[in-house]
Amino acid sequence: MTTQINNNAYESLTHTDETGSHNLNILVKGVHCALCIQKIETTIRAYDDVSYVRLNFSTGSLNIKWAGDTELADDFARAVEKLGYQVFPYNPEIEKNTEEQESRFLLLCLGVAGFAMGNLMLLSVGLWATDEITMGMNTRSLMHWISALIAIPVVMFSGRPFFRSAWAALKNGTTNMDVPISLALILATGMSIFETLNHGTHVYFDSAVMLMFFLLIGRYLDFRARRQAKGAAHDLLQTLNGFATVVEGTHTRQMLIREIQPDMIVSVAVGEKIPVDSMIIDGESTVDTALVTGETMPRDVKTGDDLYAGMVNLSTPLRLRVAKAAEDSLLADIVRLLEKAEQSNAAYVRLADKAARLYTPVVHFLALSAFILWAFLLGAAWQDALLIAVTVLIITCPCALGLAVPVVQVLATGQLMKRNVLVKSGDALERLAKIDVAVFDKTGTLTLGKPVLQDDDYTPKHMQFAASLAAHSAHPLSKALSDAYDGELIDVSDLKEHAGQGLSAIIDGHAIKLGSLKYCGLAEQSDNMYPQIALLIDGARADVFTFKDHIKDDAKDITATLKTQNIQPILLSGDRASVAQHVAEKIGIDTVYAEQSPVEKTEIINRLKAEGHNVLMVGDGLNDAPVLANANVSMAPGSAVDITQNAADIVFMGDQLAPIWNAYKDAVMAQKMVKQNFALAIAYNCIAVPFAFMGHVTPMIAAICMSASSLLVIINSYRLKFTP
Amino acid sequence: MSILIYLIPIALILGLFGLLAFIWSLKSGQYDDLDGAAQRILLDDDEEQK
Repeated sequence: MTTQINNNAYESLTHTDETGSHNLNILVKGVHCALCIQKIETTIRAYDDVSYVRLNFSTGSLNIKWAGDTELADDFARAVEKLGYQVFPYNPEIEKNTEEQESRFLLLCLGVAGFAMGNLMLLSVGLWATDEITMGMNTRSLMHWISALIAIPVVMFSGRPFFRSAWAALKNGTTNMDVPISLALILATGMSIFETLNHGTHVYFDSAVMLMFFLLIGRYLDFRARRQAKGAAHDLLQTLNGFATVVEGTHTRQMLIREIQPDMIVSVAVGEKIPVDSMIIDGESTVDTALVTGETMPRDVKTGDDLYAGMVNLSTPLRLRVAKAAEDSLLADIVRLLEKAEQSNAAYVRLADKAARLYTPVVHFLALSAFILWAFLLGAAWQDALLIAVTVLIITCPCALGLAVPVVQVLATGQLMKRNVLVKSGDALERLAKIDVAVFDKTGTLTLGKPVLQDDDYTPKHMQFAASLAAHSAHPLSKALSDAYDGELIDVSDLKEHAGQGLSAIIDGHAIKLGSLKYCGLAEQSDNMYPQIALLIDGARADVFTFKDHIKDDAKDITATLKTQNIQPILLSGDRASVAQHVAEKIGIDTVYAEQSPVEKTEIINRLKAEGHNVLMVGDGLNDAPVLANANVSMAPGSAVDITQNAADIVFMGDQLAPIWNAYKDAVMAQKMVKQNFALAIAYNCIAVPFAFMGHVTPMIAAICMSASSLLVIINSYRLKFTP
Repeated sequence: MSILIYLIPIALILGLFGLLAFIWSLKSGQYDDLDGAAQRILLDDDEEQK
């Protein structure tokens, strides 16, 4: 795509501060290596007035500060575009401000917890290595007090991510894993304060802060992974915020897409994206609708036809009347549909949270009854009874339970990563293990998604003529023709491209035409489901080329394997019924839904879900994105458009479908491990809690037991690495 | 044991320096573009930096 940068387009986005220095942010797409950074920054730095230039590799935003002429802004944008990158205006509204703050907040909490942990460890080594006799009571007390002074503010500061989430859950009348974590933090700190005040032997500030530190590391890594996944939708929205050429009377000017109003006239050059939903008022062209509808073949359009934002104009310039403002466009609708579906999927209760819901009340009840038993029935001093109750709570510390799921998920995703399967959210494996229906999109998912010339015996001379002509066109069929031909090309003269119809030229004195059957004056066979183009030499039919979309090699095997696991494969396609039926028969899928719009696709998924099925959706087009987000769990091939990869829970690489089976197998295995881990954690509690309940557990033993149970769970999870 | 009166504050102050340095690096945006930093190490810096 090319963006034509007219005068003043970027100048209008420049901010000038009180010292007269100008500041501009541009979004640069296509930056992928160190050389890109260097090329862009060096080019901009070569301008005399530039005082600062920095490209943020993660977000693609280029920040330039300079003095002097504001008109330079457009020169900068042009210079970067000349280097071969796409440039877009940077929309600060979409900038992930809140996420940036969240990321900094988590890092700050982590840093503070790390500082406290280091210092508490220094004190702890001395404390745990000695006792009252070797160290002396007063020195111990001093060290307890110093620990308390470090730990209390730090727990209050760095524990906030957990406290907030726990509080939010409690306010809604539910619990999550953060509730027992918060409770463990508060209780370990609280009991240590109690011990410090009473000149007790042991304090647990170090355990509390260390637990918090490790959990914060996990939280930060999880946050980063999720933010990366969100990036694609953000990119798409930024792209929509480019410029469009608005026609006003006899002259044109560049305008931000988000400022375009209905009934304005815009002109769209060849290769440009249609900026907003609109109607053609002048021109005939071919448009690539893949982003919006998922169709592989470009569509011919003429005056009066409706176009949607995101389609790409392929052959001739168009003049359009705007139907809807950018925020009401179909593309914006898809993005909204996507966000809605993602929110509803967030309602999925993870296994760890389910466990926490059962676990929290039981543990609290146990601790409370321990206190009542010792204080009222056995007549112990209330301090002793409280100490026993707190020991019960601490020994049931949710570490092992909290680790049971994430350790397995980290190991399983690592394993799958090596097999070219990227699992984007931890609970995706949990959901994948439960599926009983697998819904596939056709084009690009079960098939390769691009037309390939069918192996018929074409005359070499005709092939050469056709390929020489096709080399001059960007049409997918022309490309497929060029790909299939590896001989020499011959020069053509008088080349003309007839939008949406074909090409004509003179080769060796012969008038050659290459194009649709209609363009070549041949009758179209209505029962033919594959695209065809014809070659005419001096007006006489020479050859007809047929193209086909190939089915992926292992599609049949994978659907058959899924069937053996009682997973029902379904084909869900926007394509014509005859094509979809044909593909389904070849692969061995019995249930086919064809000619479905994105909305209808979503409805089918919802109906399956309502019938009690757990649905896996595999798809690759932008039109599949909301459908993917609606399914219980979703996968997309690495060839899918960004936003679809973003919507999918799992992305797999390569032209094969085997990763789907691998991921399913590993997910089932991981689920087994998780359940074993839960069993281990519960068994540990069943043994340890009665002892704590009876008051037989000394603090030292409690600390050892806590670590031992966590280790046991981690070691068990590592067995996953040794499974085939 | 009176040496503790000096050593503990020294340890704390050193730790605090580390923490302050971390907070400064966080505030000055050094963690905003972690992927970029990984790429920039490959650039030659013999050209003049402005």
